[in-house]
Amino acid sequence: MLEMRSVSSGYDGARVLQEVSLSLSAGEIVCILGRNGAGKTTMMKTIMGLIRADSGQILYHGTDLLDVPPHQIAGLGIGYIPQGRRLFSELTVAENLEIGLMAGGKGNATRDKVLGMFPRLAERLHQRANTLSGGEQQMLATGRALCLEPQMLLLDEPTEGLQPSMIALIRDTVVALKETGVGILLVEQRVDAVLSIADKVMFLENGKSQDIMPASTLRENPDLLKKYIGV
Amino acid sequence: MELAPYLILGCIEGLVTAAVLALMAVGLSLVFGVMRVVNVAHGEFFMLGAVLAWFVADQLGGHPAIAFLAALIIAPLLVGTLAMLADMTILKRISYDPERTIVATIGLLYIIQQLTLMTYGSNARPVEPPFNQRIAIPWFEWTDGGLSLYWPWGLGTTSYKLAVIGFAIILLLGIWVLMTRTRIGLIMRATQLDRDVAQAYGINVDRVYAMVFGLGAGLAALAAVLIVPIQQAHYLMGHDPLLLSFIVVIIGGLGSLVGTVIAAVMIGLSDGLISVFFTPTLAKIIATLMVTFVLIFRPSGLMGSK
Repeated sequence: MLEMRSVSSGYDGARVLQEVSLSLSAGEIVCILGRNGAGKTTMMKTIMGLIRADSGQILYHGTDLLDVPPHQIAGLGIGYIPQGRRLFSELTVAENLEIGLMAGGKGNATRDKVLGMFPRLAERLHQRANTLSGGEQQMLATGRALCLEPQMLLLDEPTEGLQPSMIALIRDTVVALKETGVGILLVEQRVDAVLSIADKVMFLENGKSQDIMPASTLRENPDLLKKYIGV
Repeated sequence: MELAPYLILGCIEGLVTAAVLALMAVGLSLVFGVMRVVNVAHGEFFMLGAVLAWFVADQLGGHPAIAFLAALIIAPLLVGTLAMLADMTILKRISYDPERTIVATIGLLYIIQQLTLMTYGSNARPVEPPFNQRIAIPWFEWTDGGLSLYWPWGLGTTSYKLAVIGFAIILLLGIWVLMTRTRIGLIMRATQLDRDVAQAYGINVDRVYAMVFGLGAGLAALAAVLIVPIQQAHYLMGHDPLLLSFIVVIIGGLGSLVGTVIAAVMIGLSDGLISVFFTPTLAKIIATLMVTFVLIFRPSGLMGSK
């Protein structure tokens, strides 16, 4: 289980995230919704240790991640797919996957499993990441994270700029991961793409968590979305 | 005067310069590429390599080849270790901030230089080459009997200079293999491309930075050990190679190792040829002009990404 307790963080003295609390269990999908600049990406980066928290605790199986060096967090079983994919652009598909395998201490069997999920990557193993299409890049970003065999996965706007067929593929992959017991923290602007698969939804506004509620409540009362994010 | 034999001589001298310059500039380019640090102290690591080579050779004595071989191993290792310590104690503490690292490495430059002056002194000292047979450069001429070879007076090089070129080529190929074919090379390239994501994928960026800074300085020291039997070890010898390395790195494209080697060959050859036919000062002026034109017309350099 991943649990944030009153976590505050920010950049160069400017506090972006303010006393945010959240819990994510195995096999659960929690979706973070909020307007641009609400602090969603900052929250992801804080969990991964890329931004140091000013206060609070981030507990993962009893370990406070704030005491763990950033490069050791992936090894604990937390995968991260950043906003904009941020692939190692000049490395090949195979090399990008290799980085994920190294971080998780996994071998070729894991790589074959990932390539089985995304056969198109297998056809482009020796192609540079920056020559792939947007959809293929998202597959690679997802595949790179899955090479860790994570227990928790943080996805930051995975459907950004993708065509509908690719969005469906990403959504199916997320659901399949949930069914294997992976806990998923999902930041997404496209509410329609995630509401059907999320278990819980958290609203962030100006770095503060507004409400956490079951996704079913929102599905039944779409007017609530208008209240929180104006959709 | 026949032009062609002197052209060959100029090319050989230029290739020796290019070989040493390529090693040194690749170290500088690696540090900038991966760490985004402009290492102004790089020339002092070069100088320290030469001074340590003299010290090791002087202490060991015996056959020049054994003393030189020991220097070739010990000097780069010591300089690399010193650079790693400098990274961990200075650069890491200022969070690799681009402006502050320039000031910090300027400080490091003066500390290394003045400590060397205080301990080693201001004298230039030679290191004996491991071998140094003179090789006359032949040319041909048409005589009544047809085509015949002759050896123009004073035209020659040494076996050691040719060995420097060969050794540098082997080392550069080794660096290429390290960067493109090994796991540690993959980690360095990933860190260069995206520091944050590299960390999120388990790469200990602090350790990579220390290693890259040490490797860069070690390469500068290695270049110095190779050149010190031709030039002499002196506490101010780092200035010109530093300037030329910056020129090479800018022309080649910041962070591009292939571009750096191509630019080193260009600058080395032009330096050799212009020095043979005109003066070494003119060679430096032309190199500086070349970098000016590159900055105006192709700011990203020959192989740099925009």
